[in-house]
Amino acid sequence: MSTPTAYVLALADDALISSQRLGWWISRAPQLEEDVAMANIGLDQLGQARALLSLAGAATGRSEDDLAYLRNERDFRNVCLVEREQADFGVAMARMLVFSTWQHELYSALSGSSDAMLAAISAKAVKETAYHVDHATHWVLRLGDGTDESHARMQAAVDAEWPWRAELFETEFLDDSLVADGVAVDPSGLQGPVEQRLEAVLHQATLNVPDTTSAYSKGRLGRHTEAMGYLLAEMQHLHRSHPGVNW
Amino acid sequence: MPRLDPCYTRTPEMRAFVTRAVTVGDVYGNDFTTPEQQPTPVIADRPDEPASFRALLETDGRVEPRDEMPEGYRKTLVRQIAQHAHSEIIGMQPEGNWISRAPSLRRKAILMAKVQDEAGHGLYLYAAAETLGVDRADLLDQLHSGRQKYSSIFNYPTLTWADVGAIGWLVDGAAIVNQVPLCRCSYGPYARAMVRVCKEESFHQRQGFEILHTLSHGSEAQKAMAQDAVNRTWWPSLMMFGPPDDDSPNSAQSMAWGIKRFSNDDLRQRFIDMTVPQAEALGLTLPDDAIRWNEERGHYDFTPVDFTELFEVIRGNGPCNEQRLSHRVKAHEDGAWVREAAAAYADKQAARHAQEGAA
Amino acid sequence: MSQEPLWEVFIRSRRGMSHVHAGSLHAADAEMALRNARDVYTRRQEGVSIWVVPASAIEASSPDEKDAFFDPAGDKVYRHPTFYDVPEGVQHL
Repeated sequence: MSTPTAYVLALADDALISSQRLGWWISRAPQLEEDVAMANIGLDQLGQARALLSLAGAATGRSEDDLAYLRNERDFRNVCLVEREQADFGVAMARMLVFSTWQHELYSALSGSSDAMLAAISAKAVKETAYHVDHATHWVLRLGDGTDESHARMQAAVDAEWPWRAELFETEFLDDSLVADGVAVDPSGLQGPVEQRLEAVLHQATLNVPDTTSAYSKGRLGRHTEAMGYLLAEMQHLHRSHPGVNW
Repeated sequence: MPRLDPCYTRTPEMRAFVTRAVTVGDVYGNDFTTPEQQPTPVIADRPDEPASFRALLETDGRVEPRDEMPEGYRKTLVRQIAQHAHSEIIGMQPEGNWISRAPSLRRKAILMAKVQDEAGHGLYLYAAAETLGVDRADLLDQLHSGRQKYSSIFNYPTLTWADVGAIGWLVDGAAIVNQVPLCRCSYGPYARAMVRVCKEESFHQRQGFEILHTLSHGSEAQKAMAQDAVNRTWWPSLMMFGPPDDDSPNSAQSMAWGIKRFSNDDLRQRFIDMTVPQAEALGLTLPDDAIRWNEERGHYDFTPVDFTELFEVIRGNGPCNEQRLSHRVKAHEDGAWVREAAAAYADKQAARHAQEGAA
Repeated sequence: MSQEPLWEVFIRSRRGMSHVHAGSLHAADAEMALRNARDVYTRRQEGVSIWVVPASAIEASSPDEKDAFFDPAGDKVYRHPTFYDVPEGVQHL
């Protein structure tokens, strides 16, 4: 059976980079209760990232920190969806809805992976991501079906995030044999179920499903948006300034 | 090294400390007003005190929200609990400043959880204040407009990663010395909130100590970073206990009500006595040459704190006053549309349910 | 300034225990209140079940009525098992 390192790394990077963006919200949320909620979700994602990074690094003797802090931008394999700026609460919730719904479908399927470790990590993450979907859904409903202003802002946020969802279903980066061996889940197979769930929420929230095509999004191949360099510069700077020490 | 385990103290010494403490003490040791801003204490209003209130205090009972209480007691509590809550949420910023740059994923997770706790603690405390008949929204307005203060310690910048350690060790350490007695304060909702806060905070100080311990046993650069952070944080952390009691007019009133049991100076001394051996264990020095054990007093001697700086910071002239408040106000204003949407949605849903019910 | 309603939060710490008052929070509606309660009051596995109740829906006894409400129970000592004499040696009673 082939080593699923690259595949696991991609999922780990999704969670890590999403968590990095969510951390920004702590002390900036619309209400105190939401500061707590967003931190919870960020912590769940960081936990997923750490487990997956450790799994990915085990084969080559690299630690979670080696992988998080010492890889360069082109070596990160997260989708571009999660790396972009998100200083608007509507954007944050639109993205959380898309990303968590995809993660929930993915981890549900991966709970049956033939890789026992990956299956165990996924089984834990299913419960976490179910809550993230629930949280995002409740906010998208409230913002979509709230005031005129919130409706307009939420629609704009959905319009902005929607094109970036497509990369979640790309298969280009994936070694076919992993799917055949039952280690990985074919991403393209998730598109139907994920979009069906997303469209149901948008509909209930009185929002339109954008008819835009997909964005040019090649994070899975290591070609990121310009935002990624700044994100990593901030995240990695301190660790890299003191090579080889303990923290 | 003496270990603090707030609220659930295991050493007889700390248990005695908790037991002796009865009522509300000033949060973080001071009430964040300069002497000229402080109201003149009115010690002589005892005749107005309801007998039931007096009786509760005299029997070490708890005052609950709907009990009769003197207006001054209520106001003092509202101000103190609100300032405590404000301190928790403003306190998210200096440490939150390092979440994105934490040098390991383990440290990042710990720090996120800690800053999240601070939001939670602010929330518990606002809830306690609301039992006294005020609204959280009004208290936040008062914070945002500068009418209510928060602890001055958060008006200092976190310049390096070691500051996260120094805040945990010294700032949370000082806060714990102040907060443990509050677990037994006379106002029930405040005491209960503090029990929860103390229970959750037991990891905060230790993680700070651990950060500094790792740094001080690491590379030369790491050790220098740790020492620098301690040098900068030491004096402000001593100021957290407030001015000497002679210059703290509210102390007298609080003592008279049993709102405060320990003097600012006593708490400061206690903090120093606990901290000096911990600094030795860290292999770091405290920036005060006068610190030495005084056998006769049974305490460490130290250089008297120069409070000129504290009052300047309280007046708004600290390094980060402007930044902390505008960050907070911006978050609040940026979130207004979200809160309005939630309210509008709730109204719509209620109307829909009413319609369904009528049909 | 608009203020979201206040909710009182009750938590069952584990199966077999009653829900106990944990604190309060603000939320626009019950669904969000429940979720906020989960995030705020059960971060350390403090609960297995949560109730949220609008604070405005709670009717509380008043301290003024304390005597009338609670003192009459004071002299009903026969409600307590220790009121009764049990001959020495009798067990399981």
